Amino acid sequence: MAKVLMKGNEAMALAAIEGGCDAFFGYPITPQNEIPEYLSRHMGEKGRVFVQAESEVAAINMVYGAAGAGARALTSSSSPGIALKQEGISYIAGSELPCVIINVMRGGPGLGGIQPSQADYNQVTKGGGNGDYHLLAFAPENLQETVNIIKESFDLADYYRNPVIIAVDGLLGQMMEPVDLEAAPKTEDAKEKKWAADGNSDREGGRNVITSIHLDPLELEQHNLKLKKKYDEMRAKEQRYEMIETDDADIVFVAYGSMARIARSAVKTLREEGIKVGMIRPVTIWPFPEKAFDELSKSVKTLLTLEMSLGQMHEDVRAANNGRFQLDFYGRTGGVVPEPEEIIDHVKRMLEKEGSS
Amino acid sequence: MNEEKVIIAGFGGQGVMLMGQILSHAATIADLNTTWIPSYGPETRGGTANCAVTIGKERINSPVVSVPDSLVVMNQPSLDKFQKKLKKGGVLIANKSQIPDADYRDDIKVYEVDANKKALEIGNLRVANMVMLGAYIAATGVFSQDEMFAVFEQIFTGKKSELIDLNKQALEAGIQAVGNRVS
Repeated sequence: MAKVLMKGNEAMALAAIEGGCDAFFGYPITPQNEIPEYLSRHMGEKGRVFVQAESEVAAINMVYGAAGAGARALTSSSSPGIALKQEGISYIAGSELPCVIINVMRGGPGLGGIQPSQADYNQVTKGGGNGDYHLLAFAPENLQETVNIIKESFDLADYYRNPVIIAVDGLLGQMMEPVDLEAAPKTEDAKEKKWAADGNSDREGGRNVITSIHLDPLELEQHNLKLKKKYDEMRAKEQRYEMIETDDADIVFVAYGSMARIARSAVKTLREEGIKVGMIRPVTIWPFPEKAFDELSKSVKTLLTLEMSLGQMHEDVRAANNGRFQLDFYGRTGGVVPEPEEIIDHVKRMLEKEGSS
Repeated sequence: MNEEKVIIAGFGGQGVMLMGQILSHAATIADLNTTWIPSYGPETRGGTANCAVTIGKERINSPVVSVPDSLVVMNQPSLDKFQKKLKKGGVLIANKSQIPDADYRDDIKVYEVDANKKALEIGNLRVANMVMLGAYIAATGVFSQDEMFAVFEQIFTGKKSELIDLNKQALEAGIQAVGNRVS
């Protein structure tokens, strides 16, 4: 299929349909409104479910119910809306149900603003809900990658029986770029979900129950250890990242999403000026791609984390770095999208400081 | 082609978003890479609006345009805001009809187009944006008239297909107008 020019939010919605999404539940919020708008027009015509719920809390609990019944369920929102959904997300993870969550991030905290941000990193990767759980979390940098990941995310959610979250900033939601919906590998048809509460009480082993409550601490501990096995498997198998010109680099950026794209421009310009910079681009932000840091040559001098937040991922960089290289950080926040020149200037200031010390 | 970065700015309602989208559509049809980013926010008709389009053969890194190669401004506030960002030697297309106080940099190429007047001559003020787009492609050579026409055929479908001729006329008027260079 030829590439089609699409707005990010619409491309994500179409990718969800292609990924086999059976049911969408959401509540409006900028800058992701084109996702439900697009789905409201196209889910019905395919005989699938679209519900605009009365609140974010209702929407995520509808996802919980639909996922429990075996449907491929989706919700989308933006930062404060995702905050409202945290209780339901924790229940879904605790009940071992698959679902897909799209977060088109805007500035916070609180209601914040509506411009692009990456300040939900902690909310997305560390969870806002209670308990020992994780979401498989992706942070793509362009629309093609976003579309491919959303299609795949329904398979991954089913495989792990765990929510998958795709976190993009408002810029990716609002921008247009050509995408090829057939470029991604074909998603698998949803397999029979023997665990689903599908109303069939006659099956062998009796009726299925979906719950996250385990009042006996030893039983809950066993449940948590079972969940941990899945998270360990994700840590082993799902760390995704890209190494960009890191082989001979003195300074290595760490950046994801739109920030990584902006940083790519800075890498190009600085390289043209003979300054050896490269970049680790996390594609999954949970599990955090620690393996990428093991691939770095010992000649690296400094890791520079770049974020549209005040350094939330920087804590994971610090942990993954484990004392190996010097660390530095540059970020903009509140909905400000940096220009490549700011990164270039920051690198030059770093080098001046180094030269003078 | 080298990467072309253009900012298009004006009042909300002047059709600046559509102008940028048409360029990105043309790029997509030509199998080039392209990004289109809008200003978005609590903006209404009469407020300011702008979009940034990048077009190129190579992969596009930052979709954020800090130093545009070209600038299309539909009104005075847009000229005042963006002129200083334009790269040295860059192309500026200015809508003379809405820029009473033109004070242009002397290190750029300026094309003034009386876009509102030309649009009214064609019969609809709303195609002033296509007049400007015609001037832009003629001044920069980024796309041909036929490539633009192909986009109109693709995006104005159904009832909107009635608009194709009007938009073609406006585009042609803009292409003819670029002889009118100021500096």
